[in-house]
Amino acid sequence: MPHPDPEGEPAPRNGVVPGGRTPEHFGVYVHVPFCSVRCGYCDFNTYTASQLRGFSQTEFADTAISEVRFARDTLAASHAVPRRVETVFFGGGTPTRLPAADLVRILGSIRETWGLAPGAEVTVEANPDSIDAQGLRELAAGGVTRMSFGMQSAVPEVLRTLDRTHDPRRVPLVVRAAGEAGMQVSVDLIYGAPGERMEDWEETVEAACALHPDHVSAYALIVEPGTALARRIRRGELPSPDEDLEAAKYEWAEARFLREGLHWYETSNWSRDAETRSRHNLNYWMGGDWWGIGPGAHSHVSGVRWWNARHPAAWAGRVRAGESPATGRERLDAQTRYEEWVLLRSRLSEGLPLAGLHPHALAALPGLVSAGLVQAGAAQQGLLVETLRGRLLGDLVVDRLLSDQEIQGYN
Amino acid sequence: MTQGTPSRDSLIAPASTPLSRIRNFSIIAHIDHGKSTLADRMLQATGIVAARDMRAQYLDRMDIERERGITIKSQAVRMPWTVADEPYALNMIDTPGHVDFNYEVSRSLAACEGAVLLVDAAQGIQAQTLSNLYLALEGDLTIIPVLNKIDLPAADPDRYAAELADLIGCDPSDVLRVSGKTGAGVPELLDRIVAEVPPPTGDLTAPPRALIFDSVYDAYRGVVTYIRTVDGVFRARDRVRMMRTGMQHEILEIGVSSPEPSPASGLGPGEVGYIITGVKDVRHSKVGDTITDLSAPASTPLPGYEDPKPMVFSGLYPIDSAQYPDLRDALDKLKLSDAALVYEPETSVALGFGFRCGFLGLLHLEIVTERLEREFGLDLIATAPAVSYHVRAEDGTVTEVTNPSEFPEGKIDWVSEPVVDATVITPKEFVGPVMELCQQRRGTMQNMTYLSETRVELHYRLPLAEIVFDFFDQLKSRTKGYASLDYEPAGEQHADLVKVDILLQGEPVDAFSAIVHRDQAYSYGVRMTAKLKKLIPRQLFEVPVQAAIGARIIARESIRALRKDVLAKCYGGDITRKRKLLEKQKAGKRRMKTIGRVEVPQEAFIAALSTGEDDR
Repeated sequence: MPHPDPEGEPAPRNGVVPGGRTPEHFGVYVHVPFCSVRCGYCDFNTYTASQLRGFSQTEFADTAISEVRFARDTLAASHAVPRRVETVFFGGGTPTRLPAADLVRILGSIRETWGLAPGAEVTVEANPDSIDAQGLRELAAGGVTRMSFGMQSAVPEVLRTLDRTHDPRRVPLVVRAAGEAGMQVSVDLIYGAPGERMEDWEETVEAACALHPDHVSAYALIVEPGTALARRIRRGELPSPDEDLEAAKYEWAEARFLREGLHWYETSNWSRDAETRSRHNLNYWMGGDWWGIGPGAHSHVSGVRWWNARHPAAWAGRVRAGESPATGRERLDAQTRYEEWVLLRSRLSEGLPLAGLHPHALAALPGLVSAGLVQAGAAQQGLLVETLRGRLLGDLVVDRLLSDQEIQGYN
Repeated sequence: MTQGTPSRDSLIAPASTPLSRIRNFSIIAHIDHGKSTLADRMLQATGIVAARDMRAQYLDRMDIERERGITIKSQAVRMPWTVADEPYALNMIDTPGHVDFNYEVSRSLAACEGAVLLVDAAQGIQAQTLSNLYLALEGDLTIIPVLNKIDLPAADPDRYAAELADLIGCDPSDVLRVSGKTGAGVPELLDRIVAEVPPPTGDLTAPPRALIFDSVYDAYRGVVTYIRTVDGVFRARDRVRMMRTGMQHEILEIGVSSPEPSPASGLGPGEVGYIITGVKDVRHSKVGDTITDLSAPASTPLPGYEDPKPMVFSGLYPIDSAQYPDLRDALDKLKLSDAALVYEPETSVALGFGFRCGFLGLLHLEIVTERLEREFGLDLIATAPAVSYHVRAEDGTVTEVTNPSEFPEGKIDWVSEPVVDATVITPKEFVGPVMELCQQRRGTMQNMTYLSETRVELHYRLPLAEIVFDFFDQLKSRTKGYASLDYEPAGEQHADLVKVDILLQGEPVDAFSAIVHRDQAYSYGVRMTAKLKKLIPRQLFEVPVQAAIGARIIARESIRALRKDVLAKCYGGDITRKRKLLEKQKAGKRRMKTIGRVEVPQEAFIAALSTGEDDR
């Protein structure tokens, strides 16, 4: 069960965005909602073949291309036509459940519609067992510049707990193949799976470093309500996550990544240098605009955010009827934009410019510095940058910054 | 034998009914023994409530009364009944069945000449019924023993008739058998009341006197005062004086309940009814006072009642501090109809502004809290119930302590606590568990008697503080629900009591201080510190949670510093959800209380104060 949609206002059928303006940065996200199995921890909008009810994977590419055309018309009508597309991200689900040619075709329609910026970043997510060297070469030839592999863990028991089906020995093969095809490589890791010991995580991080990837994402497992994992924990079949152990794992990984030359740039993301950061994700975090293609995808244009119908068949029906596939949207007012700016920017190594903070947030700053959550040096330079401890307590930092109460008494 | 003819009715019209045609009685019964249902059948049998207007528990006015199946406030209903062609006016004065409301029972009984002792034919007499029976016997009332629910498959009328006969000294065949459910035996019971309950005595020509036995606030009519006239006649427009308070009022309306209020020309000697004087506060029409005529006043008042004394104290706090003025208004309103409720403002570091309230007992506390929440829409938190102690410091000053935070600092000479004489009636197979419980609660056994071959009556002296906690629940669970409890105040005793404070990072949390026996201090400390450790979220720093007697720490736990509090993923589709989560947290923060530097959600206090099974 995916988590429920946010509450918003109804979205108009024509999808037109009021107060539209030309985006400064523009990305396109394509949500490919197919998986071979449903992982127990996952609350994303994904479907296995048996759950698709009247929608076929073969129809996906054409429908996605129809939504690209709808996007073209809507952005034009909204006076929000992007100058070009800087990043494209195929996420899921498992995008590589589709033939490489389908992905290339969708990318082609995006390129034709708005044009790709020189050096545009085009990422495809893949499971190590859903792609081979041939497929990777096809993707690279079709314009994909970056692969993000769902490695998750190097330890078979942990992979089993996560319902991941791939053989960990495949990971080095696909990583090498992607590199040979000329693409950047990122690997996704998950820590804190029930039963995962510290040694297991160390083994995973070592294995990831041995691949010398350009980029690593490492997420603490979130037990989402309504998932099979949450049920198993509730029934006592699996232990619930131990946050102290997770903190220790994060700290261990941080140290190991640094030795490998991977530098933290967002709470859960590390890269070799500024060029190998995920520009697509940075665009989310910097408040840029993007259009999300596909069932359940979110979009954000000119201060309006909307979300598409979640079931592929419902999404496809709307797109084919020439209507907006959005089922709800929200207009971000100044307060909301400020909150999101604090919430997202504080997670970045780039930092949160103090000049943009409200006075009561600034009043909280000395407390955050003396509690060791925020770097003192950066604060003197006019930026709020979290310390390692602060990264682990990032929600608390944001809470203090947005709290309207008087802050006092820190250690 | 139902309603009389019109000419007959005039013989029993209010203000002109001769004493010989009046019968005043009440029903003494345990909760659940079917008193309200029997009353319903009487209302129907006498024809004053038609079957189509009938609703269950007709006389129980409050929602809480109907839902819980208990009567809190007494009522008086006038019913016509004809025996051998002679009409009579029967006044049924309802009595509450719970130990907390004993003072109401004695008030009701003082207005009667007879009492129906109603006992469930499947359960036999219970401890509270027994004590009410003794109250009635002390008042020289004629007792009519009745077994109810004879239609139940589990009924054992022969056995319980023998028990009742033994108790009141009658023949088992004198015990009437009725069913409130089917109405069987109800006409016979009404006949018996007429035949056996003596008519009231009084002097028609003497200066009018009436006893106030209840005073109820009604939002539309103001205070409705229930009276039993002893001498003379009261009429509408009479100017009357309350002999104790000296207040003077005019009778705007006088009448009887049948069972809806029915105005009449007056009330003569021996009659029971109500007056309305336009006062808005029950304290101006005080229960136990004597009313007399202003123009021809009586010289001596009737014997009254003692004011009910609060026995159990608890702090009531609004969960949302903005509701404090609403709570104050609500208490003021409740006080209009509940003279037993006392309260004064109180401040707690942990809970903010609230009121220290005194109650007759735990049920009274529960009912007041429930009425405040239900009728006034308040969200409340109640601190653990406490009793009133006397503490003498070394310098000789004695302080009354109803709130542990008032416990004097420094060396203590002695502490005394209220004790009660408790009666427990139980089937004999549970005597062991009951004795064990009473001993755990520092009880001293006084005696034990067999009510019958199978049922035992145990008398214990117990500290009241040991009863207000969860004694009744424990008693019920150890006796499979069979035991019943009654208790009455029995003065005070010195005891080795200490105040245990709970400290968060060295700061005492006033809401958790407790006065407990020295032998139980350690276990209280361990329990509370463990509970708080579980309930208080981790902070940026380690927080010690300690229990202390004075400066001596007796238990310690520690809440480790928070290490991780961040959502791992935050991509395009997560942003809205994440922001909403944050907004929710922010709203929750308004309910945080800061103790020293420690932020504690209000819910943690509430959870820590709520007492569960595992707490003993």
